[in-house]
Amino acid sequence: MRGGGLRIYALIYLLFLYAPILLLPLFAFNSSQIIAFPLAGFSTRWFEELVTVDALHEAVLNSLFIAVVSAVLATLLGICAARTAARYRFRGKGPVLGFIMLPLVLPEIIVAVALLTLILQLGLDLSVWSVIAAHVLICVPFSIAILQSAFQNLDASLEEAAVDLGETRWSTFRLITLPLVMPGIISSLLISFTISLDEFIIAFFLSGTDPTLPVYLWGLLRFPSSLPVVMALGTILVVLSILLITTAEFFRRRGLARTGATDSGGFI
Amino acid sequence: MSGPIVALKGVHKSYGDYHALRGIDLEIGAGEFFSLLGPSGCGKTTLLRTIAGFEDASEGRVLLDGRDMAGVPANRRPTNMVFQTYAVFPHLSVAENVGFGLRRSQMPKPERARAVEAMLEQVGLGGLGRRAAHALSGGQRQRVALARALILKPKVLLLDEPLSALDRKLREQMQHELRSLQRQVGITFILVTHDQEEALIMSDRIAVMFEGLIAQLATPEDIYNRPVDRRVAEFIGVMNLLRAEIRRNGSGIEAEIEGLGTVPIEARQVPGGLTGAATAGLRPETLTVLYEGQPDRGRVTHGNIEEETYYGDMTYYGVRLDGTDRPVTISMRNLPGRDILDPGTRTRVAWSPEALIFFP
Ligand SMILES: Nc1ncnc2c1ncn2[C@@H]1O[C@H](COP(=O)(O)OP(=O)(O)O)[C@@H](O)[C@H]1O
Ligand SMILES: [Mg+2]
Repeated sequence: MRGGGLRIYALIYLLFLYAPILLLPLFAFNSSQIIAFPLAGFSTRWFEELVTVDALHEAVLNSLFIAVVSAVLATLLGICAARTAARYRFRGKGPVLGFIMLPLVLPEIIVAVALLTLILQLGLDLSVWSVIAAHVLICVPFSIAILQSAFQNLDASLEEAAVDLGETRWSTFRLITLPLVMPGIISSLLISFTISLDEFIIAFFLSGTDPTLPVYLWGLLRFPSSLPVVMALGTILVVLSILLITTAEFFRRRGLARTGATDSGGFI
Repeated sequence: MSGPIVALKGVHKSYGDYHALRGIDLEIGAGEFFSLLGPSGCGKTTLLRTIAGFEDASEGRVLLDGRDMAGVPANRRPTNMVFQTYAVFPHLSVAENVGFGLRRSQMPKPERARAVEAMLEQVGLGGLGRRAAHALSGGQRQRVALARALILKPKVLLLDEPLSALDRKLREQMQHELRSLQRQVGITFILVTHDQEEALIMSDRIAVMFEGLIAQLATPEDIYNRPVDRRVAEFIGVMNLLRAEIRRNGSGIEAEIEGLGTVPIEARQVPGGLTGAATAGLRPETLTVLYEGQPDRGRVTHGNIEEETYYGDMTYYGVRLDGTDRPVTISMRNLPGRDILDPGTRTRVAWSPEALIFFP
């Protein structure tokens, strides 16, 4: 069989990637407190337990707030940068863009430690806002990457045509540009939201007394008895992430179809 | 008569140290169908965009209907543009596209809808108003772009190669439609094209451009029959060029032309009283291949047929005249009973000195 080796490789690869994740729901719905095979029986008690913990609710609210604000800020910055990059030529454009994209390859722990040092030096308190600042930093490159393709696929003469028909620059942006890049914007919001929601290292360093969901989760791990609850929470997070990323990709592809552009490759 | 609707005075445009326009002087009258014709990269689009207000002239003035347009942005100029890519808004319906420019007018909604419907009717898109714009064919999109601009009744409509993306059949149809539409609405059209045939078919006047300058500005007939230089002559249609020597001969002028011999010519054929070494030009349709048995007529020379290209209604022969090193092109109508001659055939060629044009 042709490509047989490659097929086996792909199978093993997928198994390695997803088997651990599949274990999450398996133990989340297991009635035993011990995380081990054989499974004892089906139960939703760990999910029910989740509902009763106040500290968890606070962590969830912190996480949602951070994720929403980070996503909005990162996307706003992304819109400005991507539009500039797609429309204007200027001196040092390459290096500037490269600099903005740097956090993409920078280990998060470096971002975290650097920001922690800065905040402490400035005498500021750690709060959700310090996490937001860092999350914006790591989300902006993703936002730009998504939006840049949206703006680049937008024929510049569409905007000129609107101006030619009497619209101002701003009304042109509102009537033509924004609707046409909207799928990209939604996709950027969702991806940034997901990144922020899942992010642990930065949140761990910078959240202070306002833990996010992943930080809270990590805290639970110290107690073996709460492991099944962690599994339940993890299951919810995985499902949520997959949902968000899929929606983001859906919007990105719809945007391409609408502007009649060819796919230049997204994140999925 | 009122003044020109478009007047350009010494317009220069440079990008860095590249000069896209190098001094354009031009006056276009109201209701004229005007074409800017030239090879790709000669500055046609730049000139059109300078008139529309998308580019600022580096030097010189643009006047529309007598008003200096310096500092007037594109959205306040009495021009509208049909873009090369059509730039039909993909997220709007056909009717929303066509009515887009009326958003800012005081026109009440029902009246606006009527105007849009009438405009769609006029460009042959009647009943398609609710269609999504991104679902249209190339030809339909072109009509939407046209309707969207014309509905605003601009003083000047600017068209940037509007037909170049269409297939040949549709392009020929649109050429005629566009021409009759322009006569109907009476608006000045400025058409950018690199297709000389299109410019000849559609225009009242043509400006032939090379490298940021207008080489010749004249009617299609003058451009074709009296090109000012070799570049224009070779760009418009086919022009056979032969080495020549122009001499005064008593009170007249005569020309010795390779392959054709020495003939008397008239002063009007020689621009600027040229004498000495020159180039003689002859259009393919002014030369005739004489068949065996046909009597000589006019002046006759001899040559060998080297190439033959069949076009259905016409055959183009490449004939190397005796004493020349390159074949000349001769076009012959394919009349019933007239054979297509094979390469290698020896033939007589009839020609007339009145058809000669001379270039330096
Ligand atoms: N924004 C620009 N920056 C630099 N060069 C340009 C720009 N726009 C056009 N040019 C140059 O100006 C020349 C004329 O362009 P254009 O007017 O588009 O030619 P045409 O429409 O006749 O094909 C071309 O060589 C092109 O590369
Ligand atoms: Mg052009």
